[in-house]
Amino acid sequence: MTLEITTARPESALLDLPWSTPLEEWPESHLAALPRGISRHVVRFVKLGARVLAVKEIKDDIADREYAMLRNLRRLDVPSVEPFGVVHGRTTADGEPLDACLITRHLQFSLPYRALYSQNLRPDTAVRLMDALAVLLVRLHLEGFWWGDVSLSNTLFRRDAGAFAAYLVDAETGELHARLSDGQREHDLDIARVNIAGELMDLAAGGFLEEHADPFEVSASVIERYHTLWDALTGTERFELGDRWRVDERIRRLNELGFDVDELSMTTDIGGTEIVITPKVVDAGHHSRRLLRLTGLDVGENQARRLLNDLDAYTAATDRQGDDEEIVAHDWLAKVYEPVTRAVPRELTGRLEPAEIFHEVLEHRWYMSERAGHDTPIEDALRDYVTTVLPAKPEEKSVLGVDTEEMPVISRFD
Amino acid sequence: MATVTFDNATRQYPGNPVPSVDKLNIEIADGEFLVLVGPSGCGKSTSLRMLAGLEEVNGGRILIGDRDVTNLSPKDRDVAMVFQNYALYPHMTVADNMGFALKIAGVDKAEIRKRVEEAAKILDLTPYLDRKPKALSGGQRQRVAMGRAIVRSPQVFLMDEPLSNLDAKLRVQTRTQIASLQRRLGVTTVYVTHDQVEAMTMGDRVAVLKDGILQQCDSPRRMYDHPANVFVAGFIGSPAMNLMSVPVTEGGVDLHGHTVPIAREDLSGVGKDVTLGVRPEDLELSSDQSGIPVTVDVVEELGADAYIYGSTEQKLLEATGENAGAVPFIARVDGRRPPEKGEKIYLKPKVGHVHVFNSESGLRVGD
Repeated sequence: MTLEITTARPESALLDLPWSTPLEEWPESHLAALPRGISRHVVRFVKLGARVLAVKEIKDDIADREYAMLRNLRRLDVPSVEPFGVVHGRTTADGEPLDACLITRHLQFSLPYRALYSQNLRPDTAVRLMDALAVLLVRLHLEGFWWGDVSLSNTLFRRDAGAFAAYLVDAETGELHARLSDGQREHDLDIARVNIAGELMDLAAGGFLEEHADPFEVSASVIERYHTLWDALTGTERFELGDRWRVDERIRRLNELGFDVDELSMTTDIGGTEIVITPKVVDAGHHSRRLLRLTGLDVGENQARRLLNDLDAYTAATDRQGDDEEIVAHDWLAKVYEPVTRAVPRELTGRLEPAEIFHEVLEHRWYMSERAGHDTPIEDALRDYVTTVLPAKPEEKSVLGVDTEEMPVISRFD
Repeated sequence: MATVTFDNATRQYPGNPVPSVDKLNIEIADGEFLVLVGPSGCGKSTSLRMLAGLEEVNGGRILIGDRDVTNLSPKDRDVAMVFQNYALYPHMTVADNMGFALKIAGVDKAEIRKRVEEAAKILDLTPYLDRKPKALSGGQRQRVAMGRAIVRSPQVFLMDEPLSNLDAKLRVQTRTQIASLQRRLGVTTVYVTHDQVEAMTMGDRVAVLKDGILQQCDSPRRMYDHPANVFVAGFIGSPAMNLMSVPVTEGGVDLHGHTVPIAREDLSGVGKDVTLGVRPEDLELSSDQSGIPVTVDVVEELGADAYIYGSTEQKLLEATGENAGAVPFIARVDGRRPPEKGEKIYLKPKVGHVHVFNSESGLRVGD
């Protein structure tokens, strides 16, 4: 059989990888890390030029399906890993056929949950991770995606202005429908509850979980947060005809949650005294889209919210509320944001994403000001942050996983 | 444990002109292993999901035992989807890996231990309960994953193509394991596959679907010997049944001078032609030059038997399912004296081993 590589980014170096060797036996020289993570399949991280790719060995048709699914999810703007390609037609030197490989790009600055738990974390980290996962699940469900294997292992987390943003990593079991039934959503939530509790119990058994965190409570909190968010986004509201301000109020509330309303259905009852509104199409990324439009910066939703707040503060401080928003934003970018992110010494740029550093500098300034009892200029806060705080942080640009056992349960028999 | 009833269950997606599952009626007995099989898009997975509560039911009802579950949420139905999530947790013992979901459900410790021990006994995992998964072989790990579903002791197990990502050898191995485990547990099981061999080897009964419509629901033996229509005839069996259009004559149907006798009352009102089906193993070489003339293209020697694949001037019907595509005429012959490639032979069906179908409706004629 001939080797057949399908990829959206033709990269000749792909041909140099040892495709005729089972993934499990790939030489260290090609690998960016030892095999890691709990997985049904063999997954390895591979260096290819300047980038890191995740390679997963699975059956041909499943590889194709997941590749197409990940491409669809990217198209729908759902936070997920970027599919890179599929390799078919692999054979060993003896002509034995090997399974296909699905290649995805490693998501920079992303953190597996095990890595997060092995660091010294603030006690509320578990809660923040669950928040992020709930948001991801709501976004997936709004697009009609049934995940089928919701778990912390199948999710990557990126820091997002002190909170986290979650990304889907594994779409193997997923299905895209025009719309999900309540039963399908419930089923996903049920899977989430069991998997997350299992993963946290495992961390507890390994001594990685803070003692007061209860796996059951934490996993139940995902479901709770999911429902709150889902109801806020899709729930129907009815009110008197005179209370029309409540339509704007609803939209404002959704914006605060980070969603835009693209379509809203409004009906009146037969008597015409009551209005019923239901958001039909909501779109995540309210703040990040606005920031992207104003500044060209593409950052996480919470980071965008933080940056926009700083932009507002800048507009007020420079007394330019009457000016064109784009022009003020451009000045803020050149005079405030970029000087901060550029001041980070090169050797420290792998610690955090620029927008996250900016967020932390703003936080740092707040603490310094509080201690000093007066306003601290951002330049002073920046200098102090870069010398005292940032160097103590771990490098997070390419965290691939921590010490766990490769455990293909189904793809290998003794 | 419980029976499962599909009572005119219908699922139609918005915007689709025809239902994906159309008035499905199946009664599954307590403890039965029922396999839903059919080509892709036939509605088998949709039917399973309707039972699981993952698809809305637009018409009809679904019962588990005497309970109407049509509008219940998945977790209130007491069914378990097996093999969906089989991650094992490395720091937890085998017992905890099997029982943790019960903890979430609030089952008390002693009861969990009891159920885990019972499941471990069935799965031959008792000596490993206090070890970590790392110490287990791959096969044992797989059984731990099964154990997780077993300890929940649901009324019904649901399995949707659980073997699809295994290679051929593992598939056969796991197939046997699942079937024997199901028999030992006696839990009502509904299993979906596109593979008719899997269906025939595992199921107590097999339900064949096509275009959302149930074609036949019978034991594997009955299904094989008495396919209800041309579709089932062509779908079940490997190699596939030979299906051909033949003229009706006095007392039977005609195969180039050889009359296959068929009861007169069965042939009344079928028209000038019928579809005749003969399985490859139900053919024998004809000594005179009557019967189905076949020119041998390929001889596949399997030792005791040989299969010949040939072409014939007989009008062949296209087979369905995994057998679709090329339609050679296939016959099993004595492996010690197979005909040679290029040879022209004449074949006759063995007496009583033919299947007759109405050429208009495709339905079986007679018994």
